[in-house]
Amino acid sequence: MSIDIKTMNVEPKRHTFAHVARRLGSDAPASRYEEGVYDVQATTHFHYRPLWGPELWHFDEGRTAIKMEDWYLFKDPRQYYYGTYTIARANMHQTTERNFAFEEKRDMLANIDPAWREMIVNYLIPLRHFEWGANMNACSISDAGYGTAITSAAIFTAGDRLGIAQILSRIGIVLGSGDGELLDEAKKQWMEADTWQGIRKTVEDSLVLKDWFEALLAQFLVMDGLVYPLVYNHFDTQGQKHGAAALSMLCEFMVDWSTEHNRWVDAVVKVAVKESDENQALLSQWYRDWRDTMVEALSPLASMVLTEGAESAIADVREQLDVRAGKLGLTV
Amino acid sequence: MTPPRKKKLNLKKRYELMTRGLDWETSYQKMDDVFPYDTFEGIKITDWSKWEDPFRLTMDAYWKYQGEKERKLYAVLDSFAQNNGQLGISDARYVNAIKLFLTGVTPLEYQAHRHFAHLGRHIRGVGPRVAAQMQSLDELRHAQTQIHTISHYNKYFDGFSEFPHMHDRVWYLSVPKSFFDDACSAGPFEFFTAISFAFEYVLTNLLFVPFMSGAAYNGDLATVTFGFSAQSDEARHMTLGIEVIKFMLEQHPDNLPIVQKWVDKWFWRGHKMLGLVAMMMDYMLPKRIMSWKEAWEIYFTEAGGALFEDLSRYGLRVPKYADIATDEAEHISHQNWAIFYQYTQAAGFHTWLPSDEEMAWLSEKYPNTFDKYYRPRFEMWREMEAKGERFYNNALPQLCQTCQIPMGYTEPGDPTKIGFRSTEYAGERYHFCSDGCKDIFENEPEKFSQAWLPVHQIFQGNCGGADLGDVLKWYHMDNGIDNMDYTGSPDQKQWDAWQSARKRVAG
Repeated sequence: MSIDIKTMNVEPKRHTFAHVARRLGSDAPASRYEEGVYDVQATTHFHYRPLWGPELWHFDEGRTAIKMEDWYLFKDPRQYYYGTYTIARANMHQTTERNFAFEEKRDMLANIDPAWREMIVNYLIPLRHFEWGANMNACSISDAGYGTAITSAAIFTAGDRLGIAQILSRIGIVLGSGDGELLDEAKKQWMEADTWQGIRKTVEDSLVLKDWFEALLAQFLVMDGLVYPLVYNHFDTQGQKHGAAALSMLCEFMVDWSTEHNRWVDAVVKVAVKESDENQALLSQWYRDWRDTMVEALSPLASMVLTEGAESAIADVREQLDVRAGKLGLTV
Repeated sequence: MTPPRKKKLNLKKRYELMTRGLDWETSYQKMDDVFPYDTFEGIKITDWSKWEDPFRLTMDAYWKYQGEKERKLYAVLDSFAQNNGQLGISDARYVNAIKLFLTGVTPLEYQAHRHFAHLGRHIRGVGPRVAAQMQSLDELRHAQTQIHTISHYNKYFDGFSEFPHMHDRVWYLSVPKSFFDDACSAGPFEFFTAISFAFEYVLTNLLFVPFMSGAAYNGDLATVTFGFSAQSDEARHMTLGIEVIKFMLEQHPDNLPIVQKWVDKWFWRGHKMLGLVAMMMDYMLPKRIMSWKEAWEIYFTEAGGALFEDLSRYGLRVPKYADIATDEAEHISHQNWAIFYQYTQAAGFHTWLPSDEEMAWLSEKYPNTFDKYYRPRFEMWREMEAKGERFYNNALPQLCQTCQIPMGYTEPGDPTKIGFRSTEYAGERYHFCSDGCKDIFENEPEKFSQAWLPVHQIFQGNCGGADLGDVLKWYHMDNGIDNMDYTGSPDQKQWDAWQSARKRVAG
């Protein structure tokens, strides 16, 4: 027997907002991503020129040389709005939390060869500053970008990079006496060691870019696209030989995150490339410039960690990135 | 072998290690090029490390708390939609309050997201920068959860459907829009003072509490749940506001006159914009919470008084014209509702005249002013309606150059005389509703002379055409559906039909 609960039949007048319906082509029920993102940014009739830069409005398409007919083509394949974003990250971090607890309970980091432990302080922990640079670029993109599609995803990325910087800081703390002295050592590396200066210079150069899309390409596609596979794949594999299996567990967040991050970055770059030949040419130029700079900057670090394997590892990550960029329509 | 005992860090030290140490003094690029915006306003910061982190929230904790709140909120929103929660509100007139909210306030939450990202990138100190980033995330949350909450109402009521389009164009929505444009086009320290301090700390209770309590009193379970869920975010934002003010004042004595001028400006800007909330509280809620005047007394006169007494040790005084604003709390809601009543043909929500019962409430709450100045006007309009001569004001109003509200406010001390002020700048004459608005203009004439004034724009032919029909089309307002009185509106017809269907079901 079926149970029939009596309710009032109430017919809706419309299924979504008019601006969303115009984008979907009909008044069909829309997703929360679509309603929370489409056309939320003001586009016209701004009142005052910014005191901090009167040549453009505070929301202005002119903050990048990339041109788009429709800035909402930058849809996030992950469909993140605030709710889905925070819930996804909370879930991911639960695993990280369990991994830290597991390590600490068994003191597994004590199995790492002392020399390699020193190496971790020199190659991994300074990356918290690289992440902080990425956080700054993500904020810049959220600040200067055009349209809610890009600015919302960018501020989520800013949160991600701060979160990753903090996971790296935690690794530094548990690797040492618990007092954070290794973080100071790692910062000294970042500031002074020859191994890091090319990387730090490249990061600092990206922080003064005036074009937010160039910052996006430089940071998210090129710098991340080289650093993540080099560090969390090649360096990590090398670590296995030195008893650092426990470290891989603590870096799991970054590996998972990077796969997800790349999906978003690829979607954004692909759309911009496809828009016009002018965009394609400019993005390709940026790509080549930043790739060459960053490949060179990473070589000393790779040599320090991998010694004789460095050259092939660098060639490998460069090759992988070129293949990926080629698929996005860039001329590499 | 026992593993070495690890030291246990205290929360403050741990947070410092996790956050403060992340930044560095750049050397391949000049710090002033990496942070180009945080010096031009003249605010002197001698030591950023003196910043006290008011909430030591690491990202993992942020994700956890916020994700948990989002889970709960969306469960309520889903249930509200499934159960046709809109049937449970006090009366369909209530919905007009949230129309005002979605078209006027939600786009500002988005602007706040953007500009806190700007601060989260461009403030040199890492402590306030991280706090600004989290607020940027929070503000995006508020914009999106408000849209998702109100999305359900949009399915059943008119006036919501074109909210971003309307926000960029409609005459009265230029009041909140220009307020926020003003803050975003200012330097980072002025933005902190304007939004984090003057708005979030001093005045937020006069925006947030009335809307959310209004929702609670009027059976809007979706909006009130959003309100509860946002409360802990707001608490963080308020804390940031007070910390920033204290930090600026503690860092250098030269900062005091700059900060005082901003506090004066943003108090007055906020007071004028909140006049829309005043009208909502006194006229638009079928079930009232308290009068605007009572809210002003509790949240500004008492709470604000204590705050400024506390801040007097830094030399900061009560904002200029606070006494005038307090006097205006007797008038502002009545004058604003009268403006919207007269211009109902161009409003994106419905208007109505207060009932006898509502007028009795207004008399009781406003013993000094309602019966003497405002009741006669509403009664006259009621008689005109009864004769079939409902009053519409067909002349476009003059707008104040600063607050952009039609010049319908009266002189301090004389509620029978409309206040006018004017000043000349670069060969043009500019008009204001008050001394407060005139002062703001005169401090920054180059900025405020740029304002996109809706009435001027209509006269210049930039708003779709010369007659009302053209302008409404350009606003994407459906004539006879989105605008005009509640009585006779499609919203009302539908509500009445629902009510009678429910009576039939109840037998």
